[in-house]
Formats: sequence, C-alpha cells, structure tokens
Amino acid sequence: MTNEDIPDLTAYDEAALDKAFGTLTQWAREEAGALGGAEAVEAFRLRWIGRKQGRLNDVSAKWLKPAPASAKKGVGERFKVLKDLVEGLLEQGAGSGPSDAALAAEAIDVTLPGTTRLTGAEHPITRTMNEIVSVFAALGYSVGVGPEVETDFYNFECMNFPPGHPARDTQDTLVIANQERKPLRDRLLLRTHTSPVQMRTMERQPPPVRIVIPGKVHRNDAQDATHSPIFHQVEGLCVDTDITFSDLKGTLDHAMKALFGSSVKTRFFPSFFPFTEPSADVQISCIFCGGKGCRKCKQSGWIELLGCGMVDPSVFAFAAEKQPGYDSKKISGFAFGMGVERIAMMKYGISEIGSLFAGDMRFLGQFA
Amino acid sequence: MKILTKWLRAYLPELPVDDARLAEDLTLRGIAVEGIYDLGGGNDTLFEMDLTTNRVDAMNHYGVAREAAAIYGLPLAELSFSLPEAKTSPAPFSVRIEAEDGCGRFTARVLRDVTIGESRDLPGAEVVTYFGLLDQKKISNAVDATNFAWLAMGQPTHAFDLDKLEGGIIVRRARKGEKLRTLDGVERILDSDDLVVADHVKAVGLAGVMGGWDTMITPATRNVLVEAAWFDPAAVRRTARRHGLHTDASHRFERGADFNAPAVASALVSSVLLANGGWIEGELVDVRVAAQEARTASRPTVALALSEVQRILGKTEDKQGITAPIVESILTGLGCKLIGVFKGQAGTGERVAEHRSWPVALPSWRLDLEREIDLIEEVARVYGYNRFANTLPASGEGVQELPWAEAENALRRTLLAAGFHESIGSTFCSADDAGLTAPQPGLVVPLGNPLSEEAGVMRPSLVPGILTMVAGNLHRDVSDVRLFELGTVFSGTTERVEERPALGFGAAGIAPELGALHPERPIEFHDVKGMVEQLLGRFQTRSIYFDRFPAEAGLTPSWLHPYRAARVAAEGETVGWFGQLHPREAAARKLKQAVFIGEVYLDRLYKLPVRKPAAREISRFQPVRRDFSLVLDQGIPWERIDQAVAALAIPELVEWRAREVFRDAKLGDRDYSLLLGVTFQAPDRTLREDELQDFHARVIEAVANAGARLRS
Repeated sequence: MTNEDIPDLTAYDEAALDKAFGTLTQWAREEAGALGGAEAVEAFRLRWIGRKQGRLNDVSAKWLKPAPASAKKGVGERFKVLKDLVEGLLEQGAGSGPSDAALAAEAIDVTLPGTTRLTGAEHPITRTMNEIVSVFAALGYSVGVGPEVETDFYNFECMNFPPGHPARDTQDTLVIANQERKPLRDRLLLRTHTSPVQMRTMERQPPPVRIVIPGKVHRNDAQDATHSPIFHQVEGLCVDTDITFSDLKGTLDHAMKALFGSSVKTRFFPSFFPFTEPSADVQISCIFCGGKGCRKCKQSGWIELLGCGMVDPSVFAFAAEKQPGYDSKKISGFAFGMGVERIAMMKYGISEIGSLFAGDMRFLGQFA
Repeated sequence: MKILTKWLRAYLPELPVDDARLAEDLTLRGIAVEGIYDLGGGNDTLFEMDLTTNRVDAMNHYGVAREAAAIYGLPLAELSFSLPEAKTSPAPFSVRIEAEDGCGRFTARVLRDVTIGESRDLPGAEVVTYFGLLDQKKISNAVDATNFAWLAMGQPTHAFDLDKLEGGIIVRRARKGEKLRTLDGVERILDSDDLVVADHVKAVGLAGVMGGWDTMITPATRNVLVEAAWFDPAAVRRTARRHGLHTDASHRFERGADFNAPAVASALVSSVLLANGGWIEGELVDVRVAAQEARTASRPTVALALSEVQRILGKTEDKQGITAPIVESILTGLGCKLIGVFKGQAGTGERVAEHRSWPVALPSWRLDLEREIDLIEEVARVYGYNRFANTLPASGEGVQELPWAEAENALRRTLLAAGFHESIGSTFCSADDAGLTAPQPGLVVPLGNPLSEEAGVMRPSLVPGILTMVAGNLHRDVSDVRLFELGTVFSGTTERVEERPALGFGAAGIAPELGALHPERPIEFHDVKGMVEQLLGRFQTRSIYFDRFPAEAGLTPSWLHPYRAARVAAEGETVGWFGQLHPREAAARKLKQAVFIGEVYLDRLYKLPVRKPAAREISRFQPVRRDFSLVLDQGIPWERIDQAVAALAIPELVEWRAREVFRDAKLGDRDYSLLLGVTFQAPDRTLREDELQDFHARVIEAVANAGARLRS
C-alpha cells in the first residue's frame, strides 16, 4: 500500500462525494485487512488519523473546509462515517495483537516441570493431634498442658495407682536420676500419660472443667514396629454437675464420627483403669472395611482406639484437697485418652512407629 | 486362661445360648473371650480368655459361670461335694495360726489309706474328661485333685504327705536363715518376714506360694493332709517377690482369694483323692482369724442409692433407664445380698415396695468391690455398656486457648512456608551432646534408668536431636534437608527440673526451589537468616538485631562456626543462635556438606506479643525508586549503611535495602560493591524534583559518612 495522498475533489455533488469517499473507504478497508503486528497498526494509525499527515486531517482541510455551504452537510456526514470506520478498524487491528509468526517465535516448552517453591509439611503427629483437639474444641473443651517431667504424686498417686502398682516400676517408667532418697510422692519421673494435667487443672480451677490435653509422654518400652519409648496422647476431662456415663458415650461417639466419618460406629467394653470407674475401652468400626472384616482389623470389623471412664471418686478426693468444689457427691465427670501415634499410623498407613521420630525428609515430605 | 464351655454348662444347666453368643456376651461385659476353638465332638468349645487383673475371682470355670448367670439371670449350680462320713479321730489334727496378719483361715483334713495313682472321673469332678479336653497333663490323683480345684474355682490348695509332718501345723514367720527346699527343688534361705506353713519342727511350705519338697506326695504316700487356706495378699506378695517366684497360688493370693472357698475346695480335693480308696479321719479342722474374716467375708455392707446409680450412669436406650429391679437383679446375680430384698423377688414384676436404696452385703470372692461406685460399675457392666444411650452434656464455659497457641501456630506456618518439614526428635541425648549444646552447661538432668547411653540425659537443647536427624538424612544420601522441631528442653538438677519451649532447625543441600529453568543453588547462611527474620517478624518488636561476637570472646555456642554464626536479639535479649555447624562438629559426625543449624528460645520470644495486622492507607502517589552504587571497605558491614540511612529519618524515604553485593576484580579484594535501592513516596502528594534532589543528596552524604563512596 503506497502512501498516496487523498484524491482531489472536483465537485461537491452527491455522485462526486460518493466516489471520493468510496475510494477512501475502500483504501481503509484494504489496508486494515492486511495489518499484522503492532508496528503496522501504528503506521495505519498515523496514516489515517495522525495529527500532521493523517488522511482524515487532509479530508477535513481539503474537502470539508472549502466546501460550499450547501454541500457542508453532505461532506460532514460522509466524513463522520469515514472517521468512525477508520477508528473502528484501528480498534480491531490493535486488538488482534501481534502476528502468529511473531508469537511463534516466543514459544516455550510447557511440558517442562513447573518451578516449585518447596513448602514444608506439618508432622503427622501434630496434624493428628490438632484434628483431635479441634473436634473437642468445638464441643467446648479448652486446651490444657503440663510438664513432661512429673512427680510420682501427679503421675500415679493422685491417679489412684496403688503403691505397689507395676507401672511405678522403673521397668515401665523412665525416672530422673537420684530420686531414691526422696519420699515416693516427690520422686521425679517422665510422665507416662497426660493424666497429671487433669489433676493440675482441677487444683487450679473449680468445676466445671472441660479440657483436652495433648502432649508427649514416655515409657520404658523397647522400640518395635508399634511401640516407642516416646509417644503422644490426647486426654480429655469433663467435670460438671450431672455428667453421666451416657454423656461419655455420646461425646466419644460424636468425636469418633467427627474424626473418622459419620458412618463410623462405636462400641464400649468394660475395662480397668485405676483413675476411672466405670472404665471402658472403645472400639470403632473398622475405617478400612466398614466393619466387614479385613487384614487391618484382624477380620474383627472393629479397631480398639481409646480408653475412658467416669472419674473415680478417689481422684476427685485428691482434687478436693485444693478445690472443695470437687465433691464426688455433687459433681461427676468423665475422662478419656487416646494414643496419637496409633491413630496417625492408621489414618496415614504408617507401618513403623519409629519413622515418626527419625526426621527422614522422604517420610515427612509425604505429609505436605 | 482356658475355659471349657462343657465345664461351664455343668454349672449352668439352663444356659440358653450357644457358645459363640456366650463368648460375645461375656466379652461385652468385660470377661473377654479372645479366642474360640472348636474341639470337635459335639459342642465342646475352648475359650481363650484375657481378664483384667482386678477380676481374679473370674479366672476359673465357676467364676466365669457366675458371670454368665448374672448376665442371663440364671440359677447357678451350687459348688458342694459330698464326702463319706468321717471316722472319729483320737484328737483333732493340730493347726495354729501364729502369724495372724498373714493368714486369715487355715483348713486341714486328714485322709488315711489313700492310693496315689491315676485319677478317675467323679460326678461333679470329671477330672479325666476335662483334663483331656483342656490338654492338661494328668500326673497323679493327688496333684490332679489340687489342679482340678484350681481350674474349677481358683482356690489354691496343697496336699502333704502326712507321715512326713512332725506334729501339727503352725502358720508363722520364718526364722531368719531357716532353710526350705521348695517343690521346684531349690533350697531357699528364708527371711524373718517370709510367711511359712510349718510343722512343729520345720518349715514345710512357703505360704500361698509353693509347697516344700520334703513333705510332698510320692507314690508311696499312704496318708495325706489336705491344706486349703486364705493368706494375706501383702504377705504373699512380699514372700513371692523376695524369692523371685510367681506361681498360680501366689497370683491369686496376692490379688485376694475367697475367704469362704477353702472348705469347699478341701472337700473337692478330698473327694478326688478318695475316689481311689481311703477314708477321712476326723472333721475338717478350720481355724479362722476373726479380724481377717471381718475384713473379707463379713465386710460391712455398702450403701447403694438408686439415685446415685442414675446420676452416674445416665440414660439408657430403653426409656425406663436403670430401675430398682434391674439393680437388684444384677447385683443379686453377682452374689451380692441386697438387704431387704427377698430371694426370688428381685427383678420380678410383683413388688411389695419400690426400693430406693439398699445396704449391700458384698460377696466374699469380690474383694475388688469396696465402694458404692464399685457396685454402680457392676450394674453398668452387666447391664451392658452398649445399651446406654449416647447423650451430650450441656456445653460449658467458653473455650480458652493456650496463651502461646497463636504464636506457635504463626511460627509453624512460617517455617512450613520456608520449606522446612516439621520433625519430632528424641527427648534425650548423650551427656557429650548435652555438654556441647546446653545453654547452661552445669544444669543438665540425667536419667536414672536411661534407654541407652546415647539417651542418658534430658535434652538441654533441640540441637542434638536436629543434628542427629540431619545427619541421618545425609548418611542415607538424602542430601537436601530442611527440618525443624518445636519441643521442650530441660535444665536444672535432679531436685528440680525446668522445662522451656524451644524451636530448633537445621538445613543442608539446595535452597528450597526446584525447577529446570534456573540453576540450583546451595542453601546458605542468609537463607536461614531470612527465615529467622520472618519468624521474628511475626512478633511485635521495637528492635530486632543479629550480631556476631569476636571468636576470642567465647560467647558463640561451641556447636557453631565462630565466623558464620549470629546471635538473634529481640528487645535487647538473646532469643536464639544460628549459623553454620562448626566444621569440627561436622567432621565428628562425618558430614562433608555445610550444615546450617539454629535454636530459638521460645520462652523468651513468647514474651513478645504476636504482631496484629493493621491496615494503613496506601499512597495513591507514585513512588520514586533510586539505586546508589556504592563501594565499601570489606570491614564495613551492611549494618552501618542501614543505620546511616535509617538515621536520616526522612518520612518520604519509605524503604531501602541492599539489592546486590558483588566483588569486582577492578576494585581489588579490599573493597566491595553494594547496590543500595531506595524508595521515596509521600502519602499526600507527588514528590517534586527539588525535594527528590534534596533527599538524594542527603542519602549520599549519610552513606559517605558511614564510609561508602559512590561508584563512578
């Protein structure tokens, strides 16, 4: 397309005007049809509506201005139509962007892996513990914590363990050195359960109490696939007037459904713990087979998950020494406890408990 | 414990359920059947049972039958054995209980002209049949008789060769140094606290633990003394422990035997023995200690109120809940006597008056029952836990979060975003590692019974655990490691242990960005520092700074490279340390890679409030960015330039940072280049050219005073 000047206008009659404007309209359409790339669009713009040498300027100066008064309207209307056309074409041309060829030169390999900013993974124990805690938080339980090194009093005595109980033996419990000369109840040991926090909470706070206690505990256990001297528990305690065994059942049934899905069923078996009476073990219907029986549940359809019971009056009697509100004739309560490792291992299909404490990046990375 | 259902059914002739159902019903009531084995030949089934130690009374056939009777509300056959009429004896056999605190009851029966030989079945004592099914080895009628009494009713008994006894029986403490050869053939030297059964000359058995060798039954035995007794749990426990013995008898006596069982057991043993001939001389000699009987068989009644049962147990699926007839039926079935309730009335429709509370007489075999709550538990247990409704208590007070929960969550999120995996390491470490890493080296707490030498003390720092885990990865050829742990560290003495929260982290390998288009680069000190800055940025502080002490000051922890480590201070207090692992420690752990490691003392950090986001007006006016290319002496750290720019305190100078540091051959090795990027912006106007020129000049002057010159 050459940069021709606009043709001269020889007459102002309708036919001459139609012809002259027709020529320009044809030029504009032809040129616009061939536009490719931002540069060409810009050239088109300058050629037609540039302030100095634009053709529309020329039309205005050479055709419109000198037009006799009788033809002004005819020229003006046609000028307006041409201007709208050019602007429309320009808009289309600009919108079409660069040519395909130009784009092809910018090709990249979209199949290369994306650049990843690696993020870390929360530990499966933390994650499981938080899930359990939040289920109980929704039921109105606050979080309680306590020391990992405890006295015999808080770990055993006030939890109603009799003096000769095997759990008190150093075979079962890790102890701090040089405790032998102290009175039994003052001896320091690594808590074997998070139950001491129950008593510490009751000593601090009169009833009602609703707490959930996540924490690390230790036992003098040899390491194998499912046992570790280090493990975690979540315990809970609910004390108020009129707390019943059916409340315990309902609470744990709800919690298990919240944790493992609404189709999970629970069943309760009599058990024995020094600090609760009645005591129960709780099973949930197998989360893998739905209760039909599989390898994971040893074909029984049930998985044992936690221990619980009504707080023993003798535990309340210890609490009442500091908070008289714990009168077992006026209040009642329940407590429960579960092993976090066992639940995490089940949920995530972990076969060796030791892998939870080895810090292997490959293992931990799976939980991102 | 093995239980034959055939044997059970002998005590429960009306049992209406099959063995599978029986097993399930028992299990749901805490009498757990762990395995069911079909013995073939009709409905002979063997239950493998696992009972909690508080239920020793049920660890035998009659005990399990008693549970089933209570569950189904069935009559239980009485345990009694008719013996032939005794011939009168010139004088009753002499039995004396000298140690009344150790022995509550001692029965002795004299059998004469017995034949020691093979056992045979008797009605009510089918020794041959049951032992065959149980795979219980038959030895002789004397041994089988005591074993049968044990399996039937859980009462330990003993048979002496009467002719080896010199004089009557005395239950007494042993004399210190006294000798006794027990049935296992071991010659034992006794302690003055040991409880023994003795004749008038010597000890003939460790009471409640094991009989003596010299007086045992032999094929030649003609005359037998049958012992059935009740020994005190604590006395038996001490004797058994002292001699390292754990026998069926000691197991039962330690946990409490049935005070009323000895006479029945004696009759059972005698009838099995007499099946092969012989006769009874004299009546049963039965010596009882009144005080012991009052503590066991005739304990005071326990008051039980129906309202208390309901207050503790709550709602049942059945709308009527736990009623008086239910309580009466269950407890009566278990052998309790509810005073004021006549036998046969309990649980039936016709009732004279509604009982609301009962004095309950406790069965002699259930020493685990002592309090009202124990009886409530029995009601719940036999009723069936799963027949209680699932209810939810009314909600309590508001939920309170731990004071540091928000801070801990903020830290965890920041660390995860920085590409660090959370780990949980050992709570223990070696004394050497503790010495290296303890912030207070004198205050390390040792364990009394450590799992191993490497785990001999409570960790005073998270560094040993992080190092172990980092090294573990590197040794497994996992070369890119970024780990952190949020955990407790311990300090103090064996008298008093203090616990503090801490954060540990370690990194090695490449920076956490993965892709094909940019080269990998190794993780560096400043990657870790950036993360620490972000961690601290979660808190509201006026001042955070990082510094390094001269190596000779000895203030840097010895696990850190003295020239590549920084102290972290917030509000003037040390809150942590991090940097490159000291090459000496790296070499000791066979680590060739650079490892970056650090610890933050969270007890100090948590004193600072978590930063609360607050929105500020964002300026609508254009910011102006300027770069200054500076040349600095190697001895001038960035901190100086930073402080110089800060000191200008120009409100419109909204941001400045070191954009790039580079060394240049042209500058030589004494100097380095620093590109300082500065942003000016006003909240309320576009900055004028003259203002900008003024700011510019002031920045140049300030950095020049700090020792920098503009690169030409």
